[in-house]
Amino acid sequence: MTQITRDEVAHLARLARLALDDGELDGLALELDVILQAVAAIAEVTDAADVPPTTHAVPVENVTRPDVVTASLPREDVLAAAPEAQEGRFRVPRILDVES
Amino acid sequence: MTDDVTRWTATRTATAIADREVSAVEVTRAHLDRIAAIDDRVHAFLHVDTAGALAQAARVDAGEFTGPLAGVPLALKDILTTKGVPTTAGSRILEGWRPPYDATVTQRLRAAGVVVLGKTNMDEFAMGSSTEHSAYGPTHNPWDLTRIPGGSGGGSAAAVAAYEAPLAIGTDTGGSIRQPSAVTGTVGVKPTYGGVSRYGLIAFSSSLDQAGPVARTVLDAALLHEAIAGHDPRDSTSIDAPVPPVVAAARAADVTGLRIGVVRELTGDGYEPGVRARFTEAVEVLVGLGAVVSEVSCPHFGHALAAYYLIAPSEASSNLARFDAVRYGLRVGDDGRRGLEEVMALTRDKGFGPEVKRRIILGTYALSSGYYDAYYGQAQKVRTLITRDFTAAFGQVDVLVSPASPGVAFPLGDKLADPLAMYRQDLATIPANLYGGPAMSVPAGLSEGLPVGLQVMAPVQRDDLLYRVGAAFEAARPFAPTPLTWEV
Repeated sequence: MTQITRDEVAHLARLARLALDDGELDGLALELDVILQAVAAIAEVTDAADVPPTTHAVPVENVTRPDVVTASLPREDVLAAAPEAQEGRFRVPRILDVES
Repeated sequence: MTDDVTRWTATRTATAIADREVSAVEVTRAHLDRIAAIDDRVHAFLHVDTAGALAQAARVDAGEFTGPLAGVPLALKDILTTKGVPTTAGSRILEGWRPPYDATVTQRLRAAGVVVLGKTNMDEFAMGSSTEHSAYGPTHNPWDLTRIPGGSGGGSAAAVAAYEAPLAIGTDTGGSIRQPSAVTGTVGVKPTYGGVSRYGLIAFSSSLDQAGPVARTVLDAALLHEAIAGHDPRDSTSIDAPVPPVVAAARAADVTGLRIGVVRELTGDGYEPGVRARFTEAVEVLVGLGAVVSEVSCPHFGHALAAYYLIAPSEASSNLARFDAVRYGLRVGDDGRRGLEEVMALTRDKGFGPEVKRRIILGTYALSSGYYDAYYGQAQKVRTLITRDFTAAFGQVDVLVSPASPGVAFPLGDKLADPLAMYRQDLATIPANLYGGPAMSVPAGLSEGLPVGLQVMAPVQRDDLLYRVGAAFEAARPFAPTPLTWEV
């Protein structure tokens, strides 16, 4: 069935925010082709045409909880696990004036 | 002590502690000593929490906990969060992360007086069937250290098989509890989806992930199952109904008149002759115990593997987006000049291993416009057909049986270069995940000197039936203890 190209893998990697190197792109293009050929057999299941999709194994619907304020995790505990924190907030890498 | 407590069942250990025959601290120390003595060879653990384990054991000895598992040591898969104790999910991207909260499973274990010895090795984010995709090196099968312990929960299964802990927790998305149990000669159960809370279980494929027990006996597994199961308001997919009576079923151990279906599609080609032979014998044992056995056909099971390898990577590609180098874990390349997106992409490339990247790309592809209907949408429809196969089968029989794994433990490195061969290890286990029903692997003898597992599958919320069958089978066919030939 489908042939997946190196360029397509590069595009998918950009969508998935993965900075893959050239070797990884080449390798994945080959591997995905083999895997996709195997899973593409799913198209042969013709009696699936008029069947509703299953999104969850055991359906439960409209689960809500009472709208009551409860304590959240202590801010300092959460920030302690972050790569960087500053003034009680997550510090993020540069988001403005980014050189490309 | 005249007896080695590390060889005891959880049931015996808890009784001995309750009767003050031995203290919980002594039991915990014996297991910590054993881990210190052998885990450089088995590598079941990523982190041993000596101080936390001894503190919990001391609380048991002080009488703070009662109950059937108070004081029993346990190995916890490193995908469940433990407050203040490292949790990596087998990935570099979470190296050094100490979660600020306990998973619901962790909380329930602590409340039951269970002693968490440490966190077990696993394929990165539970993606694999051999534990070789752990960023921290593979676990070795205690039956033969040159072989795989199964995956993704190879650490949990190996810890139990090597007598480093009488109990362990695994998680099962496509077979990650049952296949490791099959190849290490342990009992492993994937409960009904929604039976055990997923709160604090680092998500791989949310519609399939389910935590469950690993043990050396069926009754021990049932006690652990009961301790962790039950409704949790913090998991919206958690089932709000009583936990099936699994402990009573394990004690009853009676299959007289039970209708057992052999799944035609889960035998034959693709299964090793030794596995097929043990499975045939297992069915004869069940007949001898008074079960009524017939053959059942589930025509869509042949497509389960393909459906799974579209659904699970799709959900994974979405779930793993949370590793963004901002809130927890690794951050790479933040030199003050690079922007957020570039830092994110560099971090994810550095922090994720090859199998995780493969599945993220596969899932991103299956969900992308133009392919969504053909791949992800179609896989979800096939999932419906597989569920209908189960429903129809359970109209004829009470439980289904099959081999739990297509082969015995293979040599480390054997399938690393062939992702599809690795994926096929889950041939027999995946259908139950797609359906959502409970399933067990129970030891069924040896082939080539290595363990083979019998799989039992039951209808949604009939987890008790697994334990009835498993316990009856175990009583009729006691399994061999791990030989540990390398230890002498």
